[in-house]
Amino acid sequence: MEKKNETYVLKMDNIAKEYSGNRVLKGVNLHIRPGEIHALMGENGAGKSTLMNILFGMPVIHNTGGYEGTIEVDGKQVQIDTPLKAMELGIGMVHQEFMLIPGFSVTENIKVGRELSNPNLVSRLFGRSMENLDVEAMERDARKALNTIGLKIEEYVKVAGLPVGYMQFIEIARELDKTGIRILVFDEPTAVLTESEAERLLEAMRVISAQGIAIIFITHRLDEVMAVADGMTILRDGEFVARKEIKDTNVAEIAELMIGRKVEKLVDNTAEDNRNISDQDIAVSLRDYRVEMPGEMVKGIDLDIRKGEIFGIGGLAGQGKLGIPNGIMGLYKAEGEVKINGKVLNLEKLGDALDHKVAFVSEDRKGVGLLLDESIEQNIIFSAMQTNNRFLKKVAWMQLYDAAAAKAHAEEMVKTLDIRCTGIRQAAGSLSGGNQQKVCLARALTLEPDILFVSEPTRGIDIGAKKLVLEYLTKLNREQGMTVIVVSSELVELRSISDRIAIISDGKLSCILNPDDSDADFGLAMSGAKMGGKKDA
Amino acid sequence: MRDSFNGLVKKFGLPRIIIVSFFLILVAAAFGFQMNMAQFLGDILRRWGMFGILALAMVPAVQCGIGLNFGISMGIVGGLLGGLIVVEMNLAQNPALVAIHPLFAMWVAVLLAIVIGVVLATGIGYLYGQLLNRVKGSEMTVTTYVGFSIIAFMNMMWMMLPFKNGELIWPNAGKGLRNTISLASSFSEVMNNTLSFTIAGVKIPTGLLLFFFFMCFLVWVFMRSKTGIAMSAAGANPMFAKASGINVNKMRLVGTTLSTVLAAVGILVYAQGYGFMQLYNGPMMLGFTSVAAVLIGGATPKRAGIVHVLVGTFLFQGILTLGLPVVNHIIPESNLSEVMRMIISNGIIIYAMSQTKGGSGRE
Amino acid sequence: MNKRRLTDILLKNMVVIMFVILCVGATIASKQPLTFVIPELFTRIARNSFIVLALIIPVIAGMGLNFGIVIGAMAAQIALFLTTYWGFTGISGFLATVALATPLAAFFGFLVGKLFNQMKGSEMIGGLVLGYFAEGFYQLIFLFIFGGVIKLNNPTLMIATGVGVKNTIDLKDTVKYALDTVPMLTILEIGFYVVVIGLICSALFKMAKKQTVNWKNTGLGLVAAVAVYALTFIGPVEQFLAADRLLLLYAVELWCLYMILAPVFRFIKWKMELKKHAGEELGSRRQFDKQKAIASVVAAVIVYALTYVPTLYKVLLAVKLPVMTYLCIGALCVFNNVLMKTRLGQNMRTVGQSRTVANAAGIDVDKTRIIAMIFSTVLASWGQLIFLQNVGTLSTYGAHTQVGQFAIAALLVGGASVQKATNRQALLGIVLFHTLFIVSPLAGKELFGDPVIGEYFRVFVSYGVIAMALAMHAWKKPVKAKDEKNGKEAAQAT
Repeated sequence: MEKKNETYVLKMDNIAKEYSGNRVLKGVNLHIRPGEIHALMGENGAGKSTLMNILFGMPVIHNTGGYEGTIEVDGKQVQIDTPLKAMELGIGMVHQEFMLIPGFSVTENIKVGRELSNPNLVSRLFGRSMENLDVEAMERDARKALNTIGLKIEEYVKVAGLPVGYMQFIEIARELDKTGIRILVFDEPTAVLTESEAERLLEAMRVISAQGIAIIFITHRLDEVMAVADGMTILRDGEFVARKEIKDTNVAEIAELMIGRKVEKLVDNTAEDNRNISDQDIAVSLRDYRVEMPGEMVKGIDLDIRKGEIFGIGGLAGQGKLGIPNGIMGLYKAEGEVKINGKVLNLEKLGDALDHKVAFVSEDRKGVGLLLDESIEQNIIFSAMQTNNRFLKKVAWMQLYDAAAAKAHAEEMVKTLDIRCTGIRQAAGSLSGGNQQKVCLARALTLEPDILFVSEPTRGIDIGAKKLVLEYLTKLNREQGMTVIVVSSELVELRSISDRIAIISDGKLSCILNPDDSDADFGLAMSGAKMGGKKDA
Repeated sequence: MRDSFNGLVKKFGLPRIIIVSFFLILVAAAFGFQMNMAQFLGDILRRWGMFGILALAMVPAVQCGIGLNFGISMGIVGGLLGGLIVVEMNLAQNPALVAIHPLFAMWVAVLLAIVIGVVLATGIGYLYGQLLNRVKGSEMTVTTYVGFSIIAFMNMMWMMLPFKNGELIWPNAGKGLRNTISLASSFSEVMNNTLSFTIAGVKIPTGLLLFFFFMCFLVWVFMRSKTGIAMSAAGANPMFAKASGINVNKMRLVGTTLSTVLAAVGILVYAQGYGFMQLYNGPMMLGFTSVAAVLIGGATPKRAGIVHVLVGTFLFQGILTLGLPVVNHIIPESNLSEVMRMIISNGIIIYAMSQTKGGSGRE
Repeated sequence: MNKRRLTDILLKNMVVIMFVILCVGATIASKQPLTFVIPELFTRIARNSFIVLALIIPVIAGMGLNFGIVIGAMAAQIALFLTTYWGFTGISGFLATVALATPLAAFFGFLVGKLFNQMKGSEMIGGLVLGYFAEGFYQLIFLFIFGGVIKLNNPTLMIATGVGVKNTIDLKDTVKYALDTVPMLTILEIGFYVVVIGLICSALFKMAKKQTVNWKNTGLGLVAAVAVYALTFIGPVEQFLAADRLLLLYAVELWCLYMILAPVFRFIKWKMELKKHAGEELGSRRQFDKQKAIASVVAAVIVYALTYVPTLYKVLLAVKLPVMTYLCIGALCVFNNVLMKTRLGQNMRTVGQSRTVANAAGIDVDKTRIIAMIFSTVLASWGQLIFLQNVGTLSTYGAHTQVGQFAIAALLVGGASVQKATNRQALLGIVLFHTLFIVSPLAGKELFGDPVIGEYFRVFVSYGVIAMALAMHAWKKPVKAKDEKNGKEAAQAT
């Protein structure tokens, strides 16, 4: 559909990138016309951020062996090897987290690092850094940039205390103020905004693009893409899927392109399924459940998970799916009603979930899941010792560590889960990702739980270990009747082992789907375009 | 323990290699000058026991996550008060006790001082822990100055507390506690002399070392109890501990209190070994010395064990003991051993701090 | 609403208010006449202000309270020892010492900055320990290197054995009062030459760069400079200026004069601009602030009237200010302000507020922090020299030990915090802290019958106020985050 002689302000062709043997980008193209609003879409891990890092010449790219492919800006081939180079080429970025200083005025924030100044006698001797700031000229520039996007605030007020929506605009004004800006990247700009603020932002984007500045719009909100974008590029698993003009496509098609049917089958379902799952027998019930987990806020969810099923919770990063188990375990402040096997959980009391025989394998292995400097043995037995008083022996009045019992148990666990290590004394931090995950799993299982929450079970582990972990979870479910709740960003793995999958979008339940529902359904649910939907399978 | 030994070798670090070789050079030099090595070894053993418990106070503090506790002065103050009360009561001269055995009377005195010190330190440590739970992330900076402040505050108190015993107060003013209080009539060197014997010219302060090892053993046992393990986990990774249902703040409180209590015991053991109690600014820098000792032994602001205490205190005190005569032999009448102490103890602390922050410091 | 704002103001200035009450109370309790306390206070202000003001730059650059200024003081003392040994005296000796101390302190500051970059976030405790560490090396130099390695032959400076420097060095015949006794006339003369050379150089530079030169302003400047200089040749003026100290009474009168003349000048300038830009609207920052002008005139009149109160009059006559020293302090205040209006200063502020933002904006964070440390260390070394020339003896092993401690305590007493410090807070802090220093032993004697208690009390205050500031700094963090969130929510609600 592309016209042959069209001019592009940015042409990235056949971009490929490898991180220590792992190909995260496999020949991606990104073509952007001047003044175009171009949406860049894809699931988490599709390669969007790597592509943008390449565009900005970030050190993380060049410290890991650079990239393959060509980049042309305004028809000229360029090598972008530092962020400074990107800046000189007129490529700017509006960050997701605000790069603003609250104590500074709007002008100072817009001009940060690029202050205007007048020379004086001292600066002639000691260089430019001693020049006087030209506050009036800076304010003039700031005013101009603010006017461009139609923000009506005084340029000399402090940023602290301004509404969140304004901060985004100040960021944009800063980019616009840079001379020769040609391409502006918006990284999920509406994620933190209210609806009306988002509307205004989209309006501002139109105004900017009307001045000939191209915009790369990274988002997962399909409605916004439909509303504002001219064209779009979809990535999936580091591969280039399609470049579409918005007018030639529709929401359903985009959603399907984003998800794509993946053929690999992760688990061989050989185990016999003779479970008896009923809608009356509820293991976990959530009512108006909210969690204040930064970056993963849960904003009111009603959900019933049946006893004995494998329940998947999916959704894009930052939408709140991770908040669900973290809130139940008491790691972040949670509200609402949570019932475990019909009994109300006291969310205020730390460790209450453990007492209700709920175990959790955290998504943050290094941060929450493990004591990196301690031995495998310590890591495996710790929770059970603290919660169930196992592996302790009484000496006089004291409860001391029972090294023999702990060793026996840890060794058994190492064998069952096939943890590759030099021995149970090895420090957990020195294990590979997959084996660390198995240690986390071993600790959870040592608690002998009825209900097991597993968060991102396969994040950062190799394909072999992935399969083993997922198969083991299935085995636990089938053989011991354990209720397993898998929270994951990877739809493939959810669809290969779960009985039902809840999709969380913007902190709320989008819908509950069956593993074999269509890609479009999943895509739409994850993009938040469809609320409610069918409640049951 | 095997693990921590392996870790010790791995994390030996440049300054520690320097310190160990320095120690060896001093030993060689002392031999070279044909100095009285037996006497030195006896001195080192004595100082090892004297300073050991103060360094031991770092273990629970570091393990529970508050980091290097420069504020052990809080506990030291408690211990000193305990000692003062016992001297005021003149317990060691109590005829009934002396009648059994003079050493017994002294033991009763020192143990009572320790008990009082521990009780006071528990209270102080609890409050101190509450404060530290509110300043997470800047504990070291805060502890240092809180430690200095309490010393300065007690300076006023020493002037005003209503002690009456002539051994304690300035003879002519009639009030205000003395700078240095002799323990000759109470519990001076009671531990050092108990069961002590001399072998090959080396005087072994058996009682002192036994008491020191006993305290180490108690801490070791505690570290293997349910609470101790939970405390270590809370210090190593608060989120991990929280996920296992452990109240991290409570564990920090336990560790801080324990550290303060050990400091109280430590100062009394130190005082009895020295023969004097130093009030006013005397104990001001003891926190730094203790921190330096465990760091020399291989501890980090995040992890510290009994081995670090034993090795570190021995090396540090060894260098100080040998340094003075050796340096004086080379340059007579110089005060270089004090200079050496300053450079070594503060150097190792700076090194430790720049190591832990170095990685995360670069954005 | 108004009541809340009042309590807000009270809470924010709690430390200052507390210390004002404490100072007033202690002064009354000490039963000392103001004619004793105030002159003593002004001596101490002259001695200590410079080094306290040297703390401001690192605070702004986000490095907290710079406990490392001790190292600057050490550099000063090493330089002073050497110049004393070489036999420099008087103001030239002082300047030679400054010239020697500056590169030394700059080098130390560079090293300290390097180290602090390794321990971002714990600069304060790092600086404190570093001070002790440096103390070890300092003693090594003075006890062993001087005389031991470098042979120095001077029995008045060295210990009898020839190795190591004596405990105290008398500066009476060398640099004592070197700076304090520079006559005003000399100062004016130097000022005149500086202005003339500056104006000419500036014009020449512009010509060399082919920029337009504002000849009218340059000419006016030159004429004004010559006119002021000419004034000094008038007999009585010359006589007045020949002195090196200024009576506090005259200083107050000069201040009153300035407070009245300044608004008048501003008014005239405003009128002229109005005429020049007739019809244009002037920006808000170029408007003439009537209220402010009236307030300053009223204040001047009241202060002038107060000088006629007999007790105050007596005090004003009792204090003589060393002009050059106070000018140096004033110049540093101006420097601190002017620096913040330059590119470098703005970078420092940015780095201080957020290293992430600074980095993203292309500012070299590490370099900026090192420069801030160099500035602070060099200024601290100058401050220590000013202190020593006034005291007149160098206590070789003791003069620097408490420098950081007391300077930081003074700054905090003035209401500064780990993140924010201004000239005004520094000066106010010095006044309060040193008032307490002067009167607390005497108050201790009157109240408890023992001056030592008062001495311990002031030491406790200096430690306590730092401990409190540090704890409050650490304490505030979570609370602040919560406040911000509340603010955001409130903003969203509107």
